[in-house]
Amino acid sequence: MASTTYEPYEGAKLERLERDAAAATARYPDPRSALLPLLHLVQSEDGYVSPDGIAFCARTLALSTAEVSAVATFYTQYKRHPNGEYTVGVCTNTLCAVMGGDAIYDELSEHLGVGHDETTEDGKVTLERVECNAACDYAPVMMVNWEFFDNQTPDSAKQVVDRLRSGEQVAPTRGASSVCSFKAMSRVLAGFSDGRADEGVGAGEPTLVGRRLAREQGWEAPSQSSAGAAEGGPSAAEQDAPVPPKSGGEQSSVDTPSAPPSGGTSDTETGRDASKEA
Amino acid sequence: MGSTLSPVLSHHWDAEKSWTLATYEADGGYQGLRKALEMDPADIVTAVKDSGLRGRGGAGFPTGLKWSFLPAPDGGPRYLVVNADESEPGTCKDTPLMMASPQMLIEGVAITSRAIGCDHAFIYVRGEILHVYRRLLRAVEEAYEKGYLGKNILGSGYDLDVTVHAGAGAYICGEETALLDSLEGRRGQPRLKPPFPAVAGLYARPTVVNNVESIASVPSIITGGVDWFRSMGTEKSAGFGLFSLSGHVERPGQYEAPLGITLRELLEMAGGVRQGHELKFWTPGGSSTPLFTAEHLDVPLDYESVGAAGSMLGTRALQIFDETTCVVRAITRWAEFYAHESCGKCTPCREGTYWLKQVLGRLDHGQGTMEDLDTLLDVCDNILGRSFCALGDGATSTITSGIALFREEFEAHVTGGGCPLDPAASALFEYTPRRSDVRALSGTAAGTVGA
Repeated sequence: MASTTYEPYEGAKLERLERDAAAATARYPDPRSALLPLLHLVQSEDGYVSPDGIAFCARTLALSTAEVSAVATFYTQYKRHPNGEYTVGVCTNTLCAVMGGDAIYDELSEHLGVGHDETTEDGKVTLERVECNAACDYAPVMMVNWEFFDNQTPDSAKQVVDRLRSGEQVAPTRGASSVCSFKAMSRVLAGFSDGRADEGVGAGEPTLVGRRLAREQGWEAPSQSSAGAAEGGPSAAEQDAPVPPKSGGEQSSVDTPSAPPSGGTSDTETGRDASKEA
Repeated sequence: MGSTLSPVLSHHWDAEKSWTLATYEADGGYQGLRKALEMDPADIVTAVKDSGLRGRGGAGFPTGLKWSFLPAPDGGPRYLVVNADESEPGTCKDTPLMMASPQMLIEGVAITSRAIGCDHAFIYVRGEILHVYRRLLRAVEEAYEKGYLGKNILGSGYDLDVTVHAGAGAYICGEETALLDSLEGRRGQPRLKPPFPAVAGLYARPTVVNNVESIASVPSIITGGVDWFRSMGTEKSAGFGLFSLSGHVERPGQYEAPLGITLRELLEMAGGVRQGHELKFWTPGGSSTPLFTAEHLDVPLDYESVGAAGSMLGTRALQIFDETTCVVRAITRWAEFYAHESCGKCTPCREGTYWLKQVLGRLDHGQGTMEDLDTLLDVCDNILGRSFCALGDGATSTITSGIALFREEFEAHVTGGGCPLDPAASALFEYTPRRSDVRALSGTAAGTVGA
């Protein structure tokens, strides 16, 4: 343990954090690997990486607060001051910027009256310019609490923030059925599932465009069984193992294990060994 | 058209609830793991080696060869770490793969772990793709429930645990040694190599770090076999890959094809460049690869051909820009990205990217000089090859190639005192540029035309 006698949290909050921190560290051979999850966990409680949170991480992992701060300041998702309920990030890396991201950011900034990494007075929205978020085929892209809002325009972006600020549930283009709060998101990023993986689509149109074209044109990869049989390795018999018909999968919306209800509160540790929590 | 698409990774992306284990199994999922569990681990390594699969994360290093570099087992732990920190500008293939088909990655993880003698694997996913992280957590949970992970997998006696770890926003963590430092709970800064991760990786133990798409390709190599895999692509760039078209193209998206397909063929499939416009420049593999133009439409997109033409295949992130796009604006923005993401460890990269950003910024705003072009090339020369990792190298790629291809356009920013192009023309919607967008036009205020 670090030598500090300072007790950052108390009561139920401390108990909860200690329990969750134990679950997070148990996922790794070396507890220090849990520092990133613990910083996300601190944000799920405090809405940013607070001085208390730094002290808590240091105490939990037997590090100095300087060591924890050094890590926290390296990563852009860790906030140094209280964050709004929703982080709204407009991609202004080259491709999105050119396709309209710069215009979206400018109009949104004017509309909200805040600049980069600033929060609206009602505490609802923290605006950010974000770097490439791996959705270039959906440009221009906006992220709200790191859920995808694809193919945006200045008007659609303004509508999203207006709805968020008025307390409406807002659905991303690809993601859960509604955007959760910054704190709820941070808890998921700490490795604690919110049971919402089965919400939303599997893919948007651009993701599927090549797949659909291949179906239309009758294009397939070479058949596995004929080519595989030609070589000495895996036996041909195994290659031909029957594959269940596709329709099984396509009907599976009713057959698969049911998902917790939308917005459900199931909060299970989904690391490698849930039993360690007990 | 000679080439066609070859959906393997994307085969069931359009199925109902494509991300669930049931859907994946219905499409033949986990047949590869069943087979791999009956194989000698060394034979799995040999099969992947012989397949010619090369790393799909950008560098193109042969995957099986990387596995074979692990030293002989000494009784201590060995690790597989999947690099799911997809952040290279333009690159958008692993994210949709994990969103639509996380189980394919998990199966690849199980087979690879078995091959290299690993009993605890990690998937390091960037923290900015929340729903993908949810899907991966759930996919791992489902795989445990079904006995594809955990103790005594499918009765084989083999044990494997998988931890899905979320990053927190840092492009540099896509560099494999920075990723390992980050996974150890530190700042994500690259390590000096050697020792390579194969010898001293995670917790200084033998470690394989592979890209998502590489690992997701493994199950099909095991079920299909070496010859099947090699029947696609070219001799030295075997197999299939996701080609990600973005930007000024009619139907942007993911096109899975054998390596060696050309941009001309892909554009034909994608409906061509934005209607009424023509191709100006493009990146073959993300913002760290030298720019190409319409002259390169017929370059086969495989590692050797793209390299011979002066660029890199990288991540097959094909960012398409038409004639409305200002190349100085594009390159300046990328330079700002590299300056922002430089981890600060190596002086040439830390200081060099800072100055590239400053000099390009003033050129972009019409305040540069002709000398600035030489300064840029000189700074690039002092960054390239002088840092621990490739981030600095990547920062120079579009600058040196951009000046070589479009020198007149850079000069026009100097002589014309600003950008000759209208930024609104390249956007997908109509808008009136804000005051901050109005460039300083050699002392002439906007709106005084004809005065």
